[in-house]
Amino acid sequence: MSGNLQGEVALVTGASRGIGAAIAQRLAQAGATVIGTATSAAGAEAIAAALAAQGGHGRVLDVTDGAAVEALVEALGKEFGGVSILVNNAGITRDQLLLRMKDEDWQAILDTNLSSVFRTSKAVMRGMMKARKGRIISIASVIGLTGNPGQANYAAAKAGIIAFSKSLAREIGSRGITVNVVAPGFVQTDMTAALPEEQKKAMLDQIALGRLGQPADIAEAVAFLASPGAAWITGETLHVNGGMYMP
Amino acid sequence: MSSIEERVKKIVVEQLGVKEDEVTQNASFVDDLGADSLDTVELVMALEEEFECEIPDEEAEKITTVQQAVDYIKAHVKA
Repeated sequence: MSGNLQGEVALVTGASRGIGAAIAQRLAQAGATVIGTATSAAGAEAIAAALAAQGGHGRVLDVTDGAAVEALVEALGKEFGGVSILVNNAGITRDQLLLRMKDEDWQAILDTNLSSVFRTSKAVMRGMMKARKGRIISIASVIGLTGNPGQANYAAAKAGIIAFSKSLAREIGSRGITVNVVAPGFVQTDMTAALPEEQKKAMLDQIALGRLGQPADIAEAVAFLASPGAAWITGETLHVNGGMYMP
Repeated sequence: MSSIEERVKKIVVEQLGVKEDEVTQNASFVDDLGADSLDTVELVMALEEEFECEIPDEEAEKITTVQQAVDYIKAHVKA
């Protein structure tokens, strides 16, 4: 599939590590001009270094800051041409049993994981509509479909991404823009490394393919949805979970 | 330089894919020219670009005919 994203401009949020870093790398390999974002300057520099060979870039972005999102998309438009592939990957966890979950734990997750998708999608919409093409791919989670104790906030946000994407897919399909979701299962990243050992084992037992996912497994699915071959797929959620959950 | 009326008309023809003679002064984008809600949003975007202005959402909603678009531009944009 290498080279099939030549001429595309891809914006990947949360690209300094884990799944986002793998996605940025994969899209760059396919020929896209990739701009990865991180919340810190150090993160943005790391992205730029990782993507340097393919001509990619790193930028600082707080996805909870609507004005910053708009400013970045506008700046990218001037520098590289309009964003034609948006990958909403940035996300955090604030796991807590509901009884102990603070308002701020709930709000932070909704804001960073779900409202961010609204902001970035809206920011790229004008350019994609004018171009009569575009790909919006958001990273949800198997947890958004199965639920998980201690993750009511995270599950709600991830499920919200799926419903948001279906609505937007219907709204702008006539303009040649597809909106899809990749729902990863249990992938080996810093985020999942923080989970308790027994929870990890319990999840591993549920995975038909008998191993944790690697960030590259997710990146491959994103690259497919971004590719010309996926032109007739929209509103879809691709489950990449090793057979942990089969809806 | 074309008049505001001509420029608005040209944009409506391009955006909605209608014939020029259909775009009469009082033609309604939705009722007469077959625009859907997304078309009308795009139309406003195109007007904003052509006339280098920003049309606030609450104003944009009131622009439903060719004449209303022309009136808005005349009132808010320096020629």
